[in-house]
Amino acid sequence: MRVQEKIIESLLWLSAAITILITISIVWVLLSESVLFFSEVSLVRFLTEKEWTPLFADKKFGILPLVAGTFLTTVIAIAVALPIGLTIAIYLNEYAHARFKTYIKPLLEVLATIPTVVYGFFALTVVTPFLQSFIPGLAGFNALSAGIVMGIMIIPMISSLSEDAISAVPRSLREAAYGMGSTRLQTAFGVMVPAASSGILVSVILAISRAVGETMIVAIAAGQQPRLTLNPFVPIETITTYIVQVSLGDVPHGSLEYRTIFAAGMTLFVFTFILNNLSFWIKKKYQEKYD
Amino acid sequence: MKKPSKLEAINLDAYYGDFHALKSINVAMEEKAVTAFIGPSGCGKSTFLRTFNRMNDYIDGFRIDGQILLDGRDIYANDVQVDELRKEVGMVFQKPNPFPKSIFENVVYGLRIQGIKDKKILQETCEKSLRQAAIWDEVKDKLDKSALALSGGQQQRLCIARALAIQPSVILMDEPASALDPISSAKIEELIYELKKDYTIVIVTHNMQQAGRVSDYTAFFYMGELVEYAKTKTMFTSPHDTRTQNYITGRFG
Repeated sequence: MRVQEKIIESLLWLSAAITILITISIVWVLLSESVLFFSEVSLVRFLTEKEWTPLFADKKFGILPLVAGTFLTTVIAIAVALPIGLTIAIYLNEYAHARFKTYIKPLLEVLATIPTVVYGFFALTVVTPFLQSFIPGLAGFNALSAGIVMGIMIIPMISSLSEDAISAVPRSLREAAYGMGSTRLQTAFGVMVPAASSGILVSVILAISRAVGETMIVAIAAGQQPRLTLNPFVPIETITTYIVQVSLGDVPHGSLEYRTIFAAGMTLFVFTFILNNLSFWIKKKYQEKYD
Repeated sequence: MKKPSKLEAINLDAYYGDFHALKSINVAMEEKAVTAFIGPSGCGKSTFLRTFNRMNDYIDGFRIDGQILLDGRDIYANDVQVDELRKEVGMVFQKPNPFPKSIFENVVYGLRIQGIKDKKILQETCEKSLRQAAIWDEVKDKLDKSALALSGGQQQRLCIARALAIQPSVILMDEPASALDPISSAKIEELIYELKKDYTIVIVTHNMQQAGRVSDYTAFFYMGELVEYAKTKTMFTSPHDTRTQNYITGRFG
């Protein structure tokens, strides 16, 4: 008996240890390759140059165009997902019947299970032609349609997490609002949403983090042209797309070009790391506002 | 001289799905008086209280038969706006439930949702309501502080001030002092005594002494039935029904 317990305990410990070890090694690989990259290209150049052309003869190593591309698609995605996701969350909480809610919520989460490559093709072959019908200057590859489709993809993330946050608001607050003669709309926006704001904020941050790291949709639909612009109608490139592009190409292992993907990956990692920690911090700080 | 009845229930039955929660209740409540509902847990007194501002509307499977009249008007009639009704019939809950906003914003919440923006009106109403709820002196210097920082007793008086700010004519209180310490509880009772000069108050309480102290009339509920309804003094000195007698003397419940 005792030995069995020991074995189980060590297996559990091992699986936890492996996970941590893998994380540490990923960070280690990212760091060590990035250090090699930054020994050849200065951090100042990396952060201030306005072009990203490491694969061309005239090499420029400014990460800003990739950051701009990532920023642009992410902003568009959140602009789509936040209003829709929050509306769904409020609808499910304040208006929908309890039984309807139990059916519709899992159904919504199906959106999150669609492979991102499918979303990518949807953006390229459906959304872009549709948008082109009333935005004449829209390029075949563009940040707009990739961003919109990415937004659709993260709707369930925002709606689901925000819904959880709103339903965690004590019933007594809702009763207080109704008891004062609030309409459902006033209760939702005047009391429930503000009271759940920290949870909603966390859902948005996690959604941003997801959008920043999203690869397939932008690789397929947004183009592969690093460009320092906030114009959503032209092809751009995100950090993730660049990494895919180089990884699939024939860049020699160990070259400076090869190391650019680690520098780009490191940048991505820093962003998502900050965002995830921010959400963790907000959760912890505001969670226990009501006993 | 008998005052006119403010609230009236006529042949009221209430159901939660198949459960028959209230059985043909007939009551008329006097204006500017305190009526207490007493009875053991699950007897329907809170359900009954909540029919007066239709707070049960949101519970799945809840329905009523019969009528509730406010100033002679059926509040379950089709043309009644529930949010308008609740501006007339305010409510204070068992557990203090201030909004996670400042003290000031809590008190003026009811005015804000009515679209009142005039700073002067808001400030005047805030002070007046807080004074009426006997909490002005304790909070006047920290109106912009969070209401959640107040003690439980203060929060409850703040909730009363919040209810008063929209000038209802009836205030429903669902065990308003049961979550409070004895001193806070005594303050709430004093407050109820003051408020009945201007408001019709209906209070649910588990505390027999409290019912005896604050109310003019008492209704005793048992298993969904209104067993006895009389002047509080009469009921506590010479109850008609043996169940009432057993309950108020503490033999069950």
